[in-house]
Amino acid sequence: MTGNLRRRRITAAVALGASGLATLLGLATLAAILWTLFSRGFAGVTLSVFTQTTPAPGSSGGLINAIYGSVVMTLLGLAIGAPIGILAATYLSEYGRGKRLSTVIRFINDVLLSAPSIVIGLFVYTLVVLQMGHFSAIAGAISLGIIVLPVTVRTAEDMLRLIPSSLRQASAGLGAQPWRTITSVVYPAARSGLLTGVLLALARISGETAPLLFTALNNQFWNANLNQPMANLPVVIFQFATSPYKNWQSLAWTGALLITLFVLVLSILARLISNFFSAGQSRIE
Amino acid sequence: MSAVTIPYKVQLRRAARSERIFRLFATTAALLVLALLAGVLLALLYGGWPALKTFRFGFLTNTIWNPVTEQFGAFAALYGTVITSLIAMILAVPVAFGIAVFLTETCPLWLRTPIGTCIELLAAVPSIVFGIWGLFVLAPVLQHSVQPWLIAVLGDLPVIGKLFRGPPFGIGLLTAGFVLAVMVLPFITSVMREVFLSTPRSLKEAAYGLGATQWEVVWDVVLPNARAGVVGGIMLGLGRALGETMAVTFVVGNAHRISGSLLAPGTTISASIANEFTEAVGKLYTSSLIALGLLLFVLTFIIIAAARLLLLRLEARGAHI
Repeated sequence: MTGNLRRRRITAAVALGASGLATLLGLATLAAILWTLFSRGFAGVTLSVFTQTTPAPGSSGGLINAIYGSVVMTLLGLAIGAPIGILAATYLSEYGRGKRLSTVIRFINDVLLSAPSIVIGLFVYTLVVLQMGHFSAIAGAISLGIIVLPVTVRTAEDMLRLIPSSLRQASAGLGAQPWRTITSVVYPAARSGLLTGVLLALARISGETAPLLFTALNNQFWNANLNQPMANLPVVIFQFATSPYKNWQSLAWTGALLITLFVLVLSILARLISNFFSAGQSRIE
Repeated sequence: MSAVTIPYKVQLRRAARSERIFRLFATTAALLVLALLAGVLLALLYGGWPALKTFRFGFLTNTIWNPVTEQFGAFAALYGTVITSLIAMILAVPVAFGIAVFLTETCPLWLRTPIGTCIELLAAVPSIVFGIWGLFVLAPVLQHSVQPWLIAVLGDLPVIGKLFRGPPFGIGLLTAGFVLAVMVLPFITSVMREVFLSTPRSLKEAAYGLGATQWEVVWDVVLPNARAGVVGGIMLGLGRALGETMAVTFVVGNAHRISGSLLAPGTTISASIANEFTEAVGKLYTSSLIALGLLLFVLTFIIIAAARLLLLRLEARGAHI
């Protein structure tokens, strides 16, 4: 009996110890990735990264055209996807609550949320690039917008649902129609929650490479014309990292560092706002 | 002031019109989600049609992918996609389970949030960063230490020895599986953590009351209770692994062939599209790549939809996933 108990205790200690080791392994991997990224990325950070365009192999240059392109296409993608996403979430949480159609839309949205982003690139290629006859920044922005949509729908609906229905009922009791209640009561109450959702969507698309490969393509030179192929950080990183040239590889690491820093800061910011929001929420209830 | 000049009935009519317009906008936006799914399917079917018409069912089973003779078969890419994802699952699931157990059972309370946040930040790192890290850091490590060891120890075993033969290239199916494992780890962990937390307290306390050890509570009470959620989480991770593009493209080796060894270079559906699409000449080549995309979309759709259905049932029970 005591031998049996000892065996059970040893099993427990070994198994739980292994779970601790698994956690260490996960944390160590994150640390290893960040360590490499910081040490190799920072080595290449100079002023010229932010002032010069992408160089030819062997000569010096920077990433300014890629940074510009990424900012422009990401913001455009957000401008396309976020408003539609918030409106769709409004339908799911306000007008369509409890309807069968909402259940179907919510399910399809969750599936689209995890769908491979390269397929979205192919979709925009056949729909936009083939029709226009050439690659363009607009096509890139549209594919990013399509990726923003399901992310925003999911988070915005969650946030709108957190708003207590007593607020809606109070507004309706004052004679406000549903749209008035939504725009003047529900949206303001969910403001920081909606902002969190948009920040998360922004973080999601900042590093997206696959959908840009054959929509925005790439551009060696400075270009501000949305109708033309545009350089962007992810595709430049892909092209430069897989090249045999040392200066290109170094710029790729610097670009990867810039994107990762941006995304990590956004994620942490979104988390802080969301925590603050839920704290405020419990005060209302 | 204006309220005095506009008659009450006109105000009501205007409000009703605004209501109709706003409602129409919201409904249209929601329907756009459905239209997007249909649009993606139709566009890929349209783009991939020439290839599907030419090769018919042979597109799925043919292993030859030759742009020069314009012969395209998806089997090698499909094989690589499935094998790399399986390797990722075999590596990631036990680790994710361990982390979820640690974070819900053993970890001191004050450490749970910071460690949980770190694991979730792993999910925020863009896939291209995993790719560049895999190519420059992980692949050389595997090439110089892990793969020679695998070849020496496992290479001579019967049956499974075949999987670990040939020279250590560094890049290949095994390396792609490693990178994918790191990428899907946070997704599987977070679903497992949520379903473990949803175990009723009374069940666990009853087990402790009967004298169960902490591990026995996890293995015999928490895990059976969370079974559907665990399976759902694993399938969600599998869906991600199947469709992941950039991280794999860097390290898989991009060779359209099937070799018995896991150490050999191969390709996946997503890596083939990413690598070849802009350079594809000829209608049939482009169309075959789009048909590959259709295959990937259908495959991931089935897996993810099944996972979501499993998780949906749990969400109805109150778990927030």
